[in-house]
Amino acid sequence: MSERAPILEVRNLSTSFKTDQGVVTAVDDVSFDLYAGETLGIVGESGCGKTVTSKSIMRLLPDHLTIYGPESRILFDDKNLAQIPEREMRDVRGARIAMIFQEPMTSLNPVFTIGWQLDEALKYHTDLDRAGRREKSIEMLRLVEIPNPEKRISEYPHQLSGGMRQRVMIAMALSCEPDVLIADEPTTALDVTIQAQILQLMGELKTRLDTAIMLITHDLGVVAQVCDRVLVMYAGRVIEEGTIRDIFHRPRHPYTRALLDSIPKSGKREHGKPLPTIPGIVPSLFELPPGCRFQERCALKEERCVDEEPRLEDHEGWQVRCHFPLEIGEVAEEVR
Amino acid sequence: MSKAAFEAGASSVDLTIEDPLLEVRDLKKYFPIRKGVFARHVGDVKAVDGISFRVRRNETLSLVGESGCGKTTAGRTLLRLLAPTGGSALYRPIPNGPQVDLFELSNAKMRGFRSDLQIIFQDPFASLNPRMPVSMIIGEALRVHGLARGAELEDRVSQLLERVGLRAEARNRFPHEFSGGQRQRIGIARALALNPRFIVCDEAVSALDVSIQAQIINLLKDLQEEFNLSFLFIAHDLSVVKYLSDRIAVMYLGRIVETGTTQDIFERAAHPYTQALLSAVPRPDPTLAKDRIVLQGDVPSPMNPPSGCHFRTRCPLAEDRCAETYPDYVRLSATHSAACHLIQPET
Repeated sequence: MSERAPILEVRNLSTSFKTDQGVVTAVDDVSFDLYAGETLGIVGESGCGKTVTSKSIMRLLPDHLTIYGPESRILFDDKNLAQIPEREMRDVRGARIAMIFQEPMTSLNPVFTIGWQLDEALKYHTDLDRAGRREKSIEMLRLVEIPNPEKRISEYPHQLSGGMRQRVMIAMALSCEPDVLIADEPTTALDVTIQAQILQLMGELKTRLDTAIMLITHDLGVVAQVCDRVLVMYAGRVIEEGTIRDIFHRPRHPYTRALLDSIPKSGKREHGKPLPTIPGIVPSLFELPPGCRFQERCALKEERCVDEEPRLEDHEGWQVRCHFPLEIGEVAEEVR
Repeated sequence: MSKAAFEAGASSVDLTIEDPLLEVRDLKKYFPIRKGVFARHVGDVKAVDGISFRVRRNETLSLVGESGCGKTTAGRTLLRLLAPTGGSALYRPIPNGPQVDLFELSNAKMRGFRSDLQIIFQDPFASLNPRMPVSMIIGEALRVHGLARGAELEDRVSQLLERVGLRAEARNRFPHEFSGGQRQRIGIARALALNPRFIVCDEAVSALDVSIQAQIINLLKDLQEEFNLSFLFIAHDLSVVKYLSDRIAVMYLGRIVETGTTQDIFERAAHPYTQALLSAVPRPDPTLAKDRIVLQGDVPSPMNPPSGCHFRTRCPLAEDRCAETYPDYVRLSATHSAACHLIQPET
């Protein structure tokens, strides 16, 4: 896959916000590539910067409060999305890079029919006439397996279930045939059986349309099932990046390891043996600890971790930000 | 279900449980649908439609299922936070002691039992009063029940906070000063304040990040052992359920479709719905086979459930008879039963 040119290159992305308590950097020097036809997972706990990363790419953050670092480059189609004017960004957003949000309940407008909402993006981004747009809308609804699309198209969001609404969101996002689809917690609000349907659908559409998917989630199970590569974030930093097998079977950053360990493993319950946890809580971005951002919670902390923040080191396509990464042989036990 | 059928064992109760702390029989909760100017009663949403189970002392029974299956309503009705439509909840606080039906008690008498029966809510952001300091949130019940006041009350609050892993100084602070995990600890301290025997944990860890979730799960398990608590754990996350539960009841559209020990459910799931539910859980291992059972369609509306077996509209194995009658429970072992026409009973 790495022989191909990436479709989206993010380099040294830093996003800061002006707040009442001063400027806070939510995403700090994040770089990654995204290739056509692959699914890249971005995982981390609340506040790690995963959603800000995606909204920075889409330029959906409030302009007057957001500062992009001077080094930040979001290279897409020979353009730096961090720099181009909003007018130009409008031709990219929705048409070339589309996004699905977490809340299917609140991300559709309740006062318009779903047909109207599907039509809106097509009207702006394509040359289709009214009848052509309607036909395209119905085709998209059929693609996401909504039964009776001819009838559903004139219904309102409240008439649909949560899973159906998320399908409509996907249909909308894909209607202009984008190169990149950013899915921010697309199944978090859904039940597991519905989640399985949506993940299966996204996988099929990715293969069929060769879309690149950036999947943002906190659910490591979902990542393991659908992603090809994973980026693990902690307190605004990328702390590990690798293929799905590397990350799940041979994690090298102590945080990734601890995160995987703290998922209740089915079938391994032993009385009197507590679930491994990560002590403490994610540090506030206003009061980051000195050195490594994870050191206060890390079981393997040494003096150097407090003195100096580790750099993201590349080990043959596998990147880890740690002074003392776990040895590859150390994690033999399969995660199950 | 007829009384005879119930006694013949065609029910979802675990027959190995003698002297349960709580025995729920045929619990029903209907919400009336009213229409028109005179609010005419035109039908019912059968949120919980006749569920039965027993809860042993010092064990965790989990109620699992998707949104709208009635699990939360069942928990709340049990504590009489909602008025039950039918059924009974036989509560026996002292082993082999006298038994009371919680649903028969007057409100005043019920109040005497409230200290025994507590609840921890899902949303640590919405379940704590933002205008109260932590000491009042936790101490309120102690004061209302007249169990402590003045310096004694303050001491008790400090003890509880320390027991759930917060510092005693936290008692003068307000909920917004805490993170989600810390707030959930406050909610747990509040539930523990009255030395309960039985706690309904309604999605108590669902809103938390994985690393924090693990901390709270450990805390709940420690407290269970220390205080001999029984939990009714209401959840949709099956990996958490597997870790915490002794027994599990799977609900679908207001009814229990399968119940058994944790091993029964995870190793020998018999009901097609349970099998699909287990298969849909994404597991954190990329090498596992991805051929899941993906159910078609959505959960039907409980206002208008399908005839016969409620699951038949999504069941990959449905036959004609599934549309005719609701299946009786088939007993697979003393601990394990499921309601499905296609299951052969134990021979």
